[in-house]
Amino acid sequence: MSIDAMPVESAAAIKSGRRELRGEMVQELLRSKTFLVGAAILLFWILAAVLGPTLVPQDPYAQNLNLINHAPSSAHWFGTDQLGRDMFSRVIVGARSILIVAPLATLLGTVLGTALGLVMGYFRGLTDDIISRFVEAFLAMPVVIIGILGVTALGPSNGTVIAVIGIIFTPLIARTVRSAVLLERNLDYVAAARLRGEGSLYIMFVEILPNVLPPIVVEFTVRLGYAVFAIVTLTFLGFGIQPPSPDWGLDIFNNYGVVSAGYWWEVLFDALAIASLVVGVNLVANSIEQVIES
Amino acid sequence: MATFILKRVGLALITLWILSVIVFLAGQVLPGDPGRFVLGPLAAPSAVHALDHTFGTDRPVLTQYWSWISHFVQGDMGKSYTYQTAVAPLVIKALGNSLKLAAFVFVIVVPLGIAGGVWAALAAGKPRDRIISVVGLSSTVIPELVSGIVLIVVFGIALNVLPISATAPPGAGLPTQLYHLILPAIPLVLILFGYIEQMARAGTIEALNSDYARTAILKGLPRRTVITRHILRNSLLPTITVAATQVGYLIGGLVIVETLFHYQGIGSLIVTAATGRDFPMLEAGILVIGIVFMVATLVADILFSLLNPRIRYQAAE
Repeated sequence: MSIDAMPVESAAAIKSGRRELRGEMVQELLRSKTFLVGAAILLFWILAAVLGPTLVPQDPYAQNLNLINHAPSSAHWFGTDQLGRDMFSRVIVGARSILIVAPLATLLGTVLGTALGLVMGYFRGLTDDIISRFVEAFLAMPVVIIGILGVTALGPSNGTVIAVIGIIFTPLIARTVRSAVLLERNLDYVAAARLRGEGSLYIMFVEILPNVLPPIVVEFTVRLGYAVFAIVTLTFLGFGIQPPSPDWGLDIFNNYGVVSAGYWWEVLFDALAIASLVVGVNLVANSIEQVIES
Repeated sequence: MATFILKRVGLALITLWILSVIVFLAGQVLPGDPGRFVLGPLAAPSAVHALDHTFGTDRPVLTQYWSWISHFVQGDMGKSYTYQTAVAPLVIKALGNSLKLAAFVFVIVVPLGIAGGVWAALAAGKPRDRIISVVGLSSTVIPELVSGIVLIVVFGIALNVLPISATAPPGAGLPTQLYHLILPAIPLVLILFGYIEQMARAGTIEALNSDYARTAILKGLPRRTVITRHILRNSLLPTITVAATQVGYLIGGLVIVETLFHYQGIGSLIVTAATGRDFPMLEAGILVIGIVFMVATLVADILFSLLNPRIRYQAAE
């Protein structure tokens, strides 16, 4: 068979094929109960983060010294804290900071990690070996501990937390992208691009990147769950957002000292909010992973 | 086998060296002037300068790194900014406490995880399997912070049956100490249970479907013998490695649990050092954790290769 007789799909056909595949994936996701439950939880917290301040019954910052440490009642569903602030309002509005910080941190890690992974997988050799050693050293440490070190060195703030978590995630995501790129780099389309005389940057980002997107999407959603986990932990330890902002981790940090006095409502509802968000993100991540893998 | 171990030890040492550079850079170069931190913004520049000189932080970076790391390997971890005493005894005492808690957690979670995984695998696809898997998965995703607080509220406050402080009164015997560790251990057990259970389950299912298991069954061996003598031996291999790689997660979890339950371990030491910007103590604590993690991974690798002839022969070639 001569080369001319090979069936060559037009770029437009490939594009429409991709779009069809994407449509099928979305439909399969919408049929998955796991996804729907997870998405519902996420949607609830996103609405709380966006509309929270206008919906909540009380001002989450308003102190009332006549109402200190009151147990849950019909006026204050989740009770009040040490400064008489309404816990229900604080829990709802508290969704905002974590839903800004966690996705931004994960996005930063995904962008940096993808670039690093493409370089490692495409060039291999010494570049790959050296970066791999650093990745290894990074992975040897629990995320929380590297996070504490980074935030202490740079000073606690939301920006620092985003930067530190993003940088911690970079090698983890790079490792996944690297192994996906290793599978792609020897395929014909890469060789063809090289023969056409395309530069390395073009091949990495225009030719290979679209083909390794599925594992990157999975990695992003899985990491998002870990980001919530890590950020809440850092804030609980006092290294994240600073008072008086309503934030789940921060409220637990401020109030867990009085739990032994019996004021359990000042930490329990924040803890349950964290749990529901983590579970929601994980459900969505799991179902996306399943759909992409099938 | 010797070359295999040597290679592993070499890789671990290189990784530790890189880690020490990262820790050093983050701890002593990024934050700027330690004398200023200790004395505050109002102190006279001459006093800050004098304190920097006492700390040795006015020297070139490479000199500082060399003096830090060469003393470190000899067991001298420097002097705490906050306590003005040697760091090493503090870190070692805290590490001892943490290892006590970690050992307690492992003694509970490893048999529990393996039993759960094997029990689930023997009923693969049936409701029992599904229940165990769902419990394992959900316990793994719930942060220790959340489970810790729920445990404190339920068992420590509402029912008031278990102590919420992990530290036993001074002079207490081992049973009392362990009694105080029950509540702090549970969040860590929950996190690890899922991982170990899933590995044990996957290993057992693979072994159950293998040819040698079928042969053993067809040979007419009783089911119990097939499971204990043929299947468990193979399914436990990957589980051991997983248990050891979880040491990292365990240490991360210790930070939260020790803070939440007021326990004087290495996790709370790092938090205290970071809050007080006590960099020598922070760096020592983190590097010690790195060493513990490397040793655990190394032991797991070697144990795995000793138990698995395939890897042993590959290494010999």
